[in-house]
Amino acid sequence: MKGRIKYVVAGAVVLGALGFLILGGFREAVVYFVTPSELSARGASVPGALRLGGMVQRGSVHWDPKTLALSFAVTDGKATIAVRHTGAPPDLFGEGRGAVVEGQYADGVFQAKQILAKHSEDYHPPAKDATAAQKQDLYKTLEQQKGTAR
Amino acid sequence: MIATVGSFVLFLGLVLSLYGAVISVLAGRRDRPDLLASARRTALVLVALTLLAAGLLIAALVNLDFSIRYVANNTSRGTPLYYRITGLWGALEGSIILWALWLTGYTALVAWRYRGAHRELMPTVLAVFFTACAFFFLVMTVPANPFARVWPVPADGRGLNVLLEDTYMFSHPPVLYLGFVGFTVPYAFAIASLVTGRLTPEWVIITRRWTVVAWYFLSLGNILGAWWSYHVLGWGGYWAWDPVENAAIMPWIMGTAFLHSVMIQERRGMLKVWNLALIILTFSLTLFGTFLTRSGVISSVHAFSQSSIGAYFLAFLGLVLVVSLSLLVWRSDQLRGHGELDAPVCRESAFLLNNVVLVGMCFAVFLGTIFPLLAELVRGVKVSVGAPFFNQVSIPLMAILLFLMGAGPLVAWRRATLDHLRRILLRPLGLAALVGVALYPVGRDYPAAVLIFALCAFVLASVIEEFWKGARARQRIMGEPLAVAVGSLTRRNRRRYGGLVVHVGVVLLVVGVAASSGFSREREVTLHQGEAVDVGRYHLLFQGLDAARESNHDRIWANVAVTNQGKPVGEMQPARKNYLANNQPISRAVMRSTLRDDLYVILTQADVDRTTGTHLATLKVLVRPLVIWMWIGGLVLTLGTVIAVWPDRRPSGVDEEAAA
Repeated sequence: MKGRIKYVVAGAVVLGALGFLILGGFREAVVYFVTPSELSARGASVPGALRLGGMVQRGSVHWDPKTLALSFAVTDGKATIAVRHTGAPPDLFGEGRGAVVEGQYADGVFQAKQILAKHSEDYHPPAKDATAAQKQDLYKTLEQQKGTAR
Repeated sequence: MIATVGSFVLFLGLVLSLYGAVISVLAGRRDRPDLLASARRTALVLVALTLLAAGLLIAALVNLDFSIRYVANNTSRGTPLYYRITGLWGALEGSIILWALWLTGYTALVAWRYRGAHRELMPTVLAVFFTACAFFFLVMTVPANPFARVWPVPADGRGLNVLLEDTYMFSHPPVLYLGFVGFTVPYAFAIASLVTGRLTPEWVIITRRWTVVAWYFLSLGNILGAWWSYHVLGWGGYWAWDPVENAAIMPWIMGTAFLHSVMIQERRGMLKVWNLALIILTFSLTLFGTFLTRSGVISSVHAFSQSSIGAYFLAFLGLVLVVSLSLLVWRSDQLRGHGELDAPVCRESAFLLNNVVLVGMCFAVFLGTIFPLLAELVRGVKVSVGAPFFNQVSIPLMAILLFLMGAGPLVAWRRATLDHLRRILLRPLGLAALVGVALYPVGRDYPAAVLIFALCAFVLASVIEEFWKGARARQRIMGEPLAVAVGSLTRRNRRRYGGLVVHVGVVLLVVGVAASSGFSREREVTLHQGEAVDVGRYHLLFQGLDAARESNHDRIWANVAVTNQGKPVGEMQPARKNYLANNQPISRAVMRSTLRDDLYVILTQADVDRTTGTHLATLKVLVRPLVIWMWIGGLVLTLGTVIAVWPDRRPSGVDEEAAA
């Protein structure tokens, strides 16, 4: 009987430690996904790590190779958010295409640590003369990009 | 034509799998060896049918039969022949064929390897296999038919995803699937043991080698995936805790727990229920991964096309879990373990703790992977769980596992005295402390890595000590030279010493991961022609851009002259490829590997300055220490597995092996 109790205590300690690890890990690593409209509705600054997904607005991309400063605007058709990033635009990134950026939102500017590009066997950039419906389809696939990606 | 024949072949496969399942059950119920013989032949026919289906799809891919959707989606006129063939497993439907090929192959192998043996178990074993085959043929017949047509027939296909146009892509999915499917063998025998009520460790002993082999292929498949990610994706990393990666690592973690816990059952008759539960969960996780990544419930960089296939996998997974766990509960009265732990510190308790940690780790990865799904269901928010979560959870657990890897194999069974512990652990622990102290000044910013390195030294020291002690004893008693003694020692107990070599492989892998995650240097910079950048010990001089048109893409590359502390080490040419089929530019990173570190160069942008006409290149340069040791670890792991599963010449080797 005494042996039993020892095992129960040992098990509880192990489970407790594991639970502590998992909960502690979640607190720091959960990133919320938002759209430009949701973000602009929440004010000029939002605490915590965020992922913002939408379409890169045409004519908004400025890239300075010397300073590696990249700026662009992400839109969902209703609201537009200015994004800044340091580093070259990644593969698959371009105006009129979808992008998901991860970082922090403060003073009306989204400071992106990472720009995520989706490697998909199905991904094909829309033709220049894509119809509105096709663009809507593309946007839908972006919404599903909420999961992790790099 | 091909489409019609192909679809018919797959349908025939479904019918024959069902026939095989029914006839296997009947063979068991009525004790009819002739029916079992028919089941064996059915297994062979299934292999032939799957080969035929795969051959037909390859023929369609090679001949660019765009009337078949799979061909139209995964090849184009510009796709080279080699990649048309590997396109067989470039996307969902084809990869299911590959899976079915391995599954029918294992079915036939098991059926013929054990013909005439294990007469009570085999009918159920084969019934389980045929049921799994039937499921995969059903998937290929209905939701993911690789021969589905497309109308109107396009003039040209969309081409293989450019990232899959790579030689290593040839090996990663087949190897991974060999591992996934391989766990069907211990699972089928476990179920057979439950159904027939033969609850002895028989099933564990029969499937021992199969389990090791499945575990090995799963390990290798994951390592090859990391290799591919590192060498081809061009982001400088090899593991991102992406859902698809997690789906492949979860059965590996659970399988590792199973691999260790069965040894206690063999030796002490303990943990019977636990082992059955572990193999049921391992097998379920191989299915869960496919459900998770194919159903679209969670998105991932791998982002396979979504299809209704997820629902099929979920249903089959549910069936597997309900049936298996019901059987387990039904037999639970007869599954009482005999034997209890004699003392808190002994080999058994090391194995137990190893299992608790591994299962805990698997649970944490599982939770992190499905958390976005739970958050959306429960709170309606969209979240993602990033790599920091998985790292934070797995690093401390890995540290415990490393300690157990070093101490466990040395500690005595049943009861370990303090004196015994001191004798076996003193030297390895001393070395670990030395390594920790020596590395501390270098790794002050990253103490977790220093701890991991110290523990790795501990494991290596204990493995060397184990070989040394055994070899010295043989040297003394048999008068063999040391090298011969090591060889004969290993031969006499392959499983134990092979396992220790596998541990060394895992340690090298961990060293590579810890060093390259903790101590990498990274710089991104734009250079004009003639400008240079220094990263770590390397000096990179950008000399200019070049361009050329290749078979199905344009290539732009930067000529970068590299010197290492003044000594020239050669020219590197990071490139960007622009594929004509889809106008999708991707960068092709280049790297230079040494035992000490990897120099990894990515051309992220290339341009010409319009005013001066000089070339501009934006380079991302990474120096990642000890990466190569991950791949070397993979080779050592292979060596250890070969030693462990090499057939014994003496059939009486059982007793000795059980002593491992």
